[in-house]
Amino acid sequence: MKITGAEILIESLKREGVKHIFGYPGGVVLNIFDLLYDNKDIQLILTRHEQGAVHAADGYARSTGKPGVVLVTSGPGATNTITGIATASMDSIPLIVFSGQVPTMLIGNDAFQEADIVGISRPCTKYNFLVKDIKDLSNIVREAFYIATSGRPGPVLIDLPKDVTASKAEFIWQETVKIRSYNPTYEGNKWMIIQAAHLIAKSKRAVIIAGGGVIISGGYRELRELAEFIDIPVTMTLMGLGSLPGTHELSLGMPGMHGTYYANKAIQEADLLIAIGMRFDDRVTGKLDAFAPHAKIIHIDIDPTSIRKNVRVDIPIVGDVKRVLTALNKVLKEDIKEQWDEVRKAWLRQIDTWKKERPMTYTYSDEVIKPQFVVEKIYDLTKGNAIITTEVGQNQMWAAQFYKFDRPRTLLTSGGLGTMGYGFPAAIGAQIAHPDKLVIDIAGDGSIQMNIQELATAVINKLPVKVAILNNHYLGMVRQWQELFFHERYSYSHLEVVPDFVKVAEAYGAAGLKATRPSEVEPVLKEGFKIKKTVFMDFIVDWKEKVYPMVPANAPIDHMLFEEQKEKSEKKLKALK
Amino acid sequence: MRHTISLLVENKFGVLSRIAGLFSGRGYNIESLSVGETIDPQISTMTIVTSGDDQIIEQITKQLNKLIDVIKVIDMTEFDHVEREMVLIKVAPKQEDKAEVLRLTEIFRGRVVDSSKTTYTVEVTGDEKKIQAFIELLKPAGIKEFVRTGKIAIVREGIKKS
Ligand SMILES: Cc1ncc(C[n+]2csc(CCOP(=O)(O)OP(=O)(O)O)c2C)c(N)n1
Ligand SMILES: [Mg+2]
Repeated sequence: MKITGAEILIESLKREGVKHIFGYPGGVVLNIFDLLYDNKDIQLILTRHEQGAVHAADGYARSTGKPGVVLVTSGPGATNTITGIATASMDSIPLIVFSGQVPTMLIGNDAFQEADIVGISRPCTKYNFLVKDIKDLSNIVREAFYIATSGRPGPVLIDLPKDVTASKAEFIWQETVKIRSYNPTYEGNKWMIIQAAHLIAKSKRAVIIAGGGVIISGGYRELRELAEFIDIPVTMTLMGLGSLPGTHELSLGMPGMHGTYYANKAIQEADLLIAIGMRFDDRVTGKLDAFAPHAKIIHIDIDPTSIRKNVRVDIPIVGDVKRVLTALNKVLKEDIKEQWDEVRKAWLRQIDTWKKERPMTYTYSDEVIKPQFVVEKIYDLTKGNAIITTEVGQNQMWAAQFYKFDRPRTLLTSGGLGTMGYGFPAAIGAQIAHPDKLVIDIAGDGSIQMNIQELATAVINKLPVKVAILNNHYLGMVRQWQELFFHERYSYSHLEVVPDFVKVAEAYGAAGLKATRPSEVEPVLKEGFKIKKTVFMDFIVDWKEKVYPMVPANAPIDHMLFEEQKEKSEKKLKALK
Repeated sequence: MRHTISLLVENKFGVLSRIAGLFSGRGYNIESLSVGETIDPQISTMTIVTSGDDQIIEQITKQLNKLIDVIKVIDMTEFDHVEREMVLIKVAPKQEDKAEVLRLTEIFRGRVVDSSKTTYTVEVTGDEKKIQAFIELLKPAGIKEFVRTGKIAIVREGIKKS
């Protein structure tokens, strides 16, 4: 029996196990929307902006490990997805984005609401398709899911011309997918793994840097096993937070620009770095020639292009983190029975001294709310048992520094692209996937305004998402850079008018709470968490507060500025310039 | 250093822009690019001449390999290989230089493929050095225009450079 392209699409999605689509309608996708009107298997969540839809699908994907699905119309609907797609692409998040397209015969004619979305999205998708023939449709959907979720995951876009979804064909479904030119490497090279084990055995000052790949591959147990087996301290990049519990005694927190003193010190003094599922972003390495000067480097990553892109590597291992670590742990356990303890203890003691020397702290005040205090309280009250999303700016860094992520997939944050406006829709997507979990967006007053319209989506879907706004009336991170590096010339970083977030929330039918004094922080959080609705919690925080420690851009990562020695730091800065 | 990279790609809509986009997006340069069919009509071959230090060339080959439509990447520089390029040159020699142009063409085993009252169009095939030398020698005679195909290359059977 012949069915329409739209029906083929929906049937294919059903077979791929899709339960939720995030989307927004328009002319050329109306026939697809029509099928969703009374579909029992698939629910469409109507966002208020296509960017919101993509971030929501991304939050859904990050919190579950399953691909997020988006459906938008052609032209502006499609172009509005780009920031979301680029965000997912930078952080290796599997998404399938369906965009409507004008009918095939009109493509290239500057038709109404035509955009060359395949051309526009090419550099920020893992792959993209234009479906030209209805006969290819189900296969393309199948390939798209396969490409998005295998190897190093990423977003895939499928452009659907109107005539393709309107015409009819037989439904065919291939049980397996094979693409001859696409064969990701999952198993690590055995010889390299043995070499790596030897290096680890010989090392005296080893450090693990765990990245998002550990979480994506599900290799966190193996990571923990490796770390605990021979007591190797672990630092986690922003994308890797939660791969080892933040409360674990071997955890060094985050490295890099706003990382901990002891993580950066450990990297700089290490004789061996074991980099796992991470890609040596410049926010992690600082000045490249001065990065980890004494260390040999073992680099495990599924994407060969990540290896030797930024730093020299002694042992490259291309493969899936979980599988490589399983093999590596086995070799280590079987072959290596040397005496570690003494050497290792000296290294751990050294790290302990660094921890004591400069712990991750801030100066509490009982006059004005310190933003770090809010994050700390959120951790205390949730005991780490929540899904945290963040916006971008100081709020993101304070969340990373002061919330101890104890489980994988509990921090959803735009790491690679640094997209303001990500956190709130991502929280909506995560809440859809986890209706019973506490989902909290740690936000800035600037960022939250980038997708604030999604309040409607949250309210209508009765999602009890919590948004904790660290309200400093500034584009705080910009202000921080201007204070430190631009002679306090605050060019266009003061927001001046910030809406009354309590009223905004209420206007949409959500709840709004506000805290202006430190003593109100805990009561507001407690009440906010209790309310079974979408809640905005507006914390008026110390606008002068800065994120410390800080490594100035392109300085060696152990040249850190600290809060208490602002003056000294400024001198040091001048010396660096 | 310059490298000649040969690719086998799926003969699909948009492949060329994926490859060109990779080079421009990541700031690699393309000195020449040629595309053609292979024995299998579903597969095309591309020959790209690019340059960069070892690390950049390693990234280029890895990034090319990562593209979904790329089946195989061969850095010809690692292999003993034959490479050829063709050039069409339109010269407008003065009367007294005409004989010299024809003589050079013969020496370089080229052919005159078109002529007018004032011009000759000459075709020459060879490796890069030969083409370059030919162009240099013709310059004094007055080159109006030339078109190069870009390099194509094929591995010599059975020999890998150590
Ligand atoms: C979409 C987007 N535009 C611009 C930036 C650059 N940027 C980074 S942080 C920041 C300020 C964020 O302000 P806010 O949300 O109030 O957070 P705060 O730093 O004050 O906590 C800006 C403008 C960005 N990251 N994303
Ligand atoms: Mg702010």
